[in-house]
Amino acid sequence: MSKAVNIENLRKIYPGGVEALKGITFDVDEGEVFGLLGPNGAGKTTTLNIIATLIKPTSGKAEVFGIDVSSKPGLVRRNIGYVLQDIATDDELTGYENILLQARLYHVPREKAEKRIWELLSMMELEEAARRKVETYSGGMRRRLELAAALIHEPKLLLLDEPTLGLDPNVRRSIWGYIRRLNKELGTTVILTTHYIEEAEELSSRVAIIDYGEIKALGSPRELKAKLGGEVIELRLDYIVNDQLRNIFESIDGVLGVTISDGVVRLKAVNSSSLLPQIISFLNAKNIKILEAFIKTPSLEDVFVELTGRKLRDEEGSREEMFRFRRNIQLRRR
Amino acid sequence: MVREFIGEINALVWRELKKFFGNPWIIVMMIIQPLLWIGLFGKAFNLTGLFTIPPEVLNNLPPYVTQQVSALFNQMMARLFGSSSIDYFSFMATGMLAVMAFFAGMSGGMSLTWDRRTGYLNKLLVAPIRRESIVLSKMISASMRSLVQASLLLLIAMPLGLKLSPAGIGPVLLSIASLFLLGLSMSALMLMITIRTRRQETQMMAMNLINLPLMFASNVLYPKSIMPSWLQAIASVNPLTYTANILRGSLLMGSSASMSSLLSDFAILLGISTVFLGIGIAVSIVGLREK
Repeated sequence: MSKAVNIENLRKIYPGGVEALKGITFDVDEGEVFGLLGPNGAGKTTTLNIIATLIKPTSGKAEVFGIDVSSKPGLVRRNIGYVLQDIATDDELTGYENILLQARLYHVPREKAEKRIWELLSMMELEEAARRKVETYSGGMRRRLELAAALIHEPKLLLLDEPTLGLDPNVRRSIWGYIRRLNKELGTTVILTTHYIEEAEELSSRVAIIDYGEIKALGSPRELKAKLGGEVIELRLDYIVNDQLRNIFESIDGVLGVTISDGVVRLKAVNSSSLLPQIISFLNAKNIKILEAFIKTPSLEDVFVELTGRKLRDEEGSREEMFRFRRNIQLRRR
Repeated sequence: MVREFIGEINALVWRELKKFFGNPWIIVMMIIQPLLWIGLFGKAFNLTGLFTIPPEVLNNLPPYVTQQVSALFNQMMARLFGSSSIDYFSFMATGMLAVMAFFAGMSGGMSLTWDRRTGYLNKLLVAPIRRESIVLSKMISASMRSLVQASLLLLIAMPLGLKLSPAGIGPVLLSIASLFLLGLSMSALMLMITIRTRRQETQMMAMNLINLPLMFASNVLYPKSIMPSWLQAIASVNPLTYTANILRGSLLMGSSASMSSLLSDFAILLGISTVFLGIGIAVSIVGLREK
């Protein structure tokens, strides 16, 4: 399969010395949905911006369908659609006019554009709202409009920067549906960034976990979870857990590790569903009362925490970013 | 290639104008300040009234003195205001048309700030369009807005007492062209500042630093000849001065307008605008390319 994107040892140091990317390497197959997962400030948007020719890499290589982004930015631009993190629809124009403007900027011939605009509007289920000004649209509708507009020139590659940031859970699910649909029906390769675990897991065939400008892991969600190793048994006991008990747990066959925090015992295990009954009867024999017992299969969140030692939230950014972030959320919640 | 270029500019100008006309409040808000100047200053500060002789004085003088005195006053009027029949309100209102175009041009150039803040600018930079198209479309739409605003102000000023006496089709076209040029060069100036400075506060400061001083250092409120020489020096490189000259010559002077001075004023305005445009476009495009 040919490569849609090929990134090699890409580095970006912003003026002022912030090293946003510390030499990342990955490639994206044609037709796949590729996810970049990481917290804010990890370098996700920087990566997309370089692919989209918005900023220049400090060093390294980035190719889109074999075209180098630094030497032939104009050619790259014609082949990609980019839905930026910021909702930048023109509120004073109608939905139809917004896409028409995009068509004119991408030099789509008028008759062809007319036909395609309605196709895309119907795909995104915006036909009825098409003649209304965008200021009357909800957040989810704006997002869909942006998706439709980004597809007007039939790009082979679609870049989505935090496509569901600030949307309600049900709206988020519906946007996922549209993204899957355009990937299947149009065969568009998609690269999306997100800091929502579920989003990366739901949509992407492969995920790169990125933090502080480095790729910490890359693979299908399943592979990544498997890499973390097995499942976890969580026990809450009516008993003060001491080292003696810890040693006993550790000696049980099949337990790979024990961690204890806030009175909760977590046992990393290979085959937890058959191990759990054993542990229960063992604890019963010792007269230790079990309050709760769970088997947890690892989520991508666990993979992330394991790899980076932190959760996916903590926000930081420039004033401008915060302004946009808040404005976006306002717009999307409308 | 050229067709694509024109298509891009066309599309972006269409966007700007659609947004402009879709929001009549902006048009109204922008016209208020020049209107206040016309209404308050133009009516209260009646410069030409100072140079007219009250009838009771005239009646008490022997006829030959009356003739001499009025000839003298007419000469003074002509020297100061370009014509003896001009009234201060009309003089100042035409000057304000230029100021209107000037303001509209500047705010048109500054509208890029908002596009940057919303992220729209990035959307444009990702599109396969020339950077020149982004800059030029801003400037062209800003000068079109200048023309619209100035025409509206003209329509309001007429019932308030602006006495039009057009010097012919040629001069009127010349005055339209000069308003357009003024809008174009002011938007180029402001666009350059907007692209180079990221802080909005700095942009507002720059705008305030440019607009009021340039208005006072021009002949829109009072004739250049009553200014001290240092101010005259500034006024004679100020595009507002030439635009106001052309507007007055072509809209107020009727048959007494001098075509040659209209043309020479226009040539100077064209020269100044070319410099503004050249620098503005070059700096803006470099600013958009960086990063």
